[in-house]
Amino acid sequence: MPYGPHTDADRQRMLAALGIADVDELFADIPPALRAAGLDLPDPEPELELSRRLTKLAGRNLTDLASFLGAGVYRHWTPAAVDQILLRGEWYTAYTPYQPEISQGTLQSIYEYQSLIAELMSLDVVSASHYDGAAATAEAALMTCRHTRRGRVLVSHAVHPHYRATLRTYFGAGLEVDEIPVVADGDAAGTVDLAALERLLADKERPVAGVVAAQPNFYGLLEPMPAIGELAHAAGALFVAVVEPVSLAVLAPPGAYGADIAAGEGQPLGIAPQYGGPYLGLLASTDALVRQIPGRLVGMTTDLDGKRAYVMTLRAREQDIRRDKAASNICTNQALLALAASIYLATIGPHGLRDVAVLGAARASELERALADAGAARLHSGPYLNEFAVRVPDARAVHRRLIDRGILAGLVLADAEPDDPALAEALLVCATEVTTPAEIAVFAEALQTTLRGRPPVAVEAGAGDRAVAAGRAG
Amino acid sequence: MGVVGERLQPTLFERSRPGRGDGKIPHAPKDALDRIPAAARRAAGPALPELNEPEVVRHYVNLSQLNYAIDTGFYPLGSCTMKFNPKLNEWAARLPGFASLHPMAPDEAAQGTLQLLWELERALAEIGGLRAVTLQPAAGAQGELTGILMIRAYHRSRGETERTEVLVPDSSHGTNPATATMAGFRTITVPSARDGGVDVEAFRAALGPRTAAVMITNPSTLGLFEKRIGELLEAVHEAGALAYMDGANLNAILGRFKPGAAGFDVMHFNVHKTFSTPHGGGGPGAGPVGVGETLLPFLPTPRVIREQDGTFRLERPAERPTSIGRLRSFVGNTGVLVRAYAYISAHGGSGLRQVSDDAVLAANYLKHLVAAAYEIPYDRPCKHEFVASASALRKRTGVRTLDIAKRLIDYGFHPPTIYFPLIVDEAMLIEPTETESTETLDAFAAALVAIAGEAESNPDLVRGAPHNAPVRRLDEATAARQPNLRWRPMTGAQMPCPD
Repeated sequence: MPYGPHTDADRQRMLAALGIADVDELFADIPPALRAAGLDLPDPEPELELSRRLTKLAGRNLTDLASFLGAGVYRHWTPAAVDQILLRGEWYTAYTPYQPEISQGTLQSIYEYQSLIAELMSLDVVSASHYDGAAATAEAALMTCRHTRRGRVLVSHAVHPHYRATLRTYFGAGLEVDEIPVVADGDAAGTVDLAALERLLADKERPVAGVVAAQPNFYGLLEPMPAIGELAHAAGALFVAVVEPVSLAVLAPPGAYGADIAAGEGQPLGIAPQYGGPYLGLLASTDALVRQIPGRLVGMTTDLDGKRAYVMTLRAREQDIRRDKAASNICTNQALLALAASIYLATIGPHGLRDVAVLGAARASELERALADAGAARLHSGPYLNEFAVRVPDARAVHRRLIDRGILAGLVLADAEPDDPALAEALLVCATEVTTPAEIAVFAEALQTTLRGRPPVAVEAGAGDRAVAAGRAG
Repeated sequence: MGVVGERLQPTLFERSRPGRGDGKIPHAPKDALDRIPAAARRAAGPALPELNEPEVVRHYVNLSQLNYAIDTGFYPLGSCTMKFNPKLNEWAARLPGFASLHPMAPDEAAQGTLQLLWELERALAEIGGLRAVTLQPAAGAQGELTGILMIRAYHRSRGETERTEVLVPDSSHGTNPATATMAGFRTITVPSARDGGVDVEAFRAALGPRTAAVMITNPSTLGLFEKRIGELLEAVHEAGALAYMDGANLNAILGRFKPGAAGFDVMHFNVHKTFSTPHGGGGPGAGPVGVGETLLPFLPTPRVIREQDGTFRLERPAERPTSIGRLRSFVGNTGVLVRAYAYISAHGGSGLRQVSDDAVLAANYLKHLVAAAYEIPYDRPCKHEFVASASALRKRTGVRTLDIAKRLIDYGFHPPTIYFPLIVDEAMLIEPTETESTETLDAFAAALVAIAGEAESNPDLVRGAPHNAPVRRLDEATAARQPNLRWRPMTGAQMPCPD
């Protein structure tokens, strides 16, 4: 046993105290027919060998590509202080602060997290963390149903496809989700179709609880958030903004355009991509919705001596108190990631965060020009911050060929949205403060070469795949 | 020196001074945002605190020292399995190949992680006696939702839409009924039998054509193995319902009892409990869900698939139309799952069984010691945890379980879970885990016994505890009546900064 302290003598002493001869006696209450005869798993692996094998396994992932992939998860530079502080066992080996007298560190850090995110969002109430952006968005949509006592939510088609899929799963048990289409062409192409939204909201038989739109949206485009919010409110619905936190250094915050609830993915705030998590579900609301917000809340109070202190509060919303009447079933959350985000924000400060956002936008402008010169123009014409779609014929094959040249050319949009003909021939690319001009030049050059050398359109896509495979084997 | 540090800290906001903390990120060109319409831009920047790095480090190091943690002491929080979190696992999750991999990277760039996830799924399936596992759920509660939504999809696929009820015992975790509500079911709570086990007759009476599922924690939240689990599962299936196993207490039965093999249709694993991934001050966890044959078609998407040629890939959108869909973005809390994989590999099959043997032995040993001063309401061999009660002590002295818990802090221990399960008066749910030495167990029991003595001789000492912590008991009533949930400069005026 690699981490157990018990010697055979310890075990004997405990057995003797219990007056039994064998530990098997403690399992005698398992019906004989249902007893398992052990586990068919490999032998224990000593740390020395296990660490070697894990290093090798990690090395099989290709992570040294020049990456232009965002699509909801963004590469950022993280100050070394963040992980150094997170690695203190006092943070990561504690649990939910049920005993506030010996958990003031965690409690104050959550209170500060709530305060930092409230400031970014311009909203008053911030829940102490949810699983990820998708689950937070689903919880936000459920809040709108509880508050309005209506059962239908509208979500923009330009919200991340995983978030929409999650919303459908969470709403699978009796609530309705309808999608708001995006404008097909013109200057507003790729953003919420306001006329369609108005029509969807006008259905008196099926009143809408909430309208969900993302800023920036999945294609990186900026949405007319104030107009969407006004339409939602005019129909008696709440407005949910799905936001990216770094962008809030420079973009109008949800509270400024009338959002009642904001949800989003906190990963860009100092959290590594890690192939999907653990991330940080951001969830914030106006004061009016404080009793509907799910998840933990920490409040400032005093102790018996009047000393300032922090404690979990408004717990009557939570599952361990209210059981089947709770606002959500959430228990374990993403507290350590909320701490990471707080340390990140504290370390880089407001100016650093603004620099991250603006540098990303500057690099994205350079990327746009370079890709356009290489023959890949933007798919949409509306404004964006640091992510945008480009038109690339045979995008999947081009994307694969570029991997062989050390470039991760963003996301093949057709892989994420297979049923959307508008996205059939496009890549979604992004730049952040870590993107270098040299990477942009290499990407543009390789793309240009690939597009020029592209086989005639008549050749089916699979042929390209085989060529890549053959080239690799050689 | 108290059990934790004593230096309370002002907030980040009070430490802020304009102009501090610049210089980590290169300045961006001034005109970079000119292409963004003014209406979409933020009028004034967010008022985040401005600090330099040494201040940030001191702030967080001092705050961290106000926390009690497994790395600092014994943390017998029942139902939470606060075992040692191996350092190797922290190192492994931070390997650049794992940590910097983008979740939408093409499959060919993710072969190492996909292989790890695939192998972990198979290991968990073996541990649970199940057919297949999804690693997607982010925590146990999301695992429960996954399982119950699959059960819903199963009944619908058979046209049995009238199954609208989920049965849970009254000793269940709060997440069980909360999950049933989220999945659109009505919860029926079934009282426990007098011996603390499930009352099979009461369940039989409640089961019927409206029952969709029964959710059982085994061992139960009382730390007792459900001796009549075979009968119960039979009754559930006879009624056409499915059986959900809450795997929170799996640490007691590794290699001893496989829920799937025994007849459960679905269960979740809490990797932050059984497989030692850190609790992180509240999270993250991961809540993989395993299923038997019945629910296989309904597993969330995407699954990890191993191709004929030995390569791995993720299922594509809409590849398996029977799936209940997604519970979250991407594949799951992969960084947590890397740690669980390392833990399972380090132990192997024999080591995991030893984990349970030692956890159960330690719990029974501690129960034996604690029985010297407290009631043990269900006095038969427990599994990895047990319930003690201060009910008689309270009647005699007025000292409550809450007071005892707070007094334990003065003795240097984290209190156990208290007032849960709800069916035991003045309950303390104590879970020592397998990574605590007998010296620690002896010292903890001695503290509990000493506190029982203090309750008789000097009850005010216990009622006023903790005396040795950075703050005393908190004014929770005001916190709830006038919630102060974010910093504003005014707050500082009302409650002066501790510096």
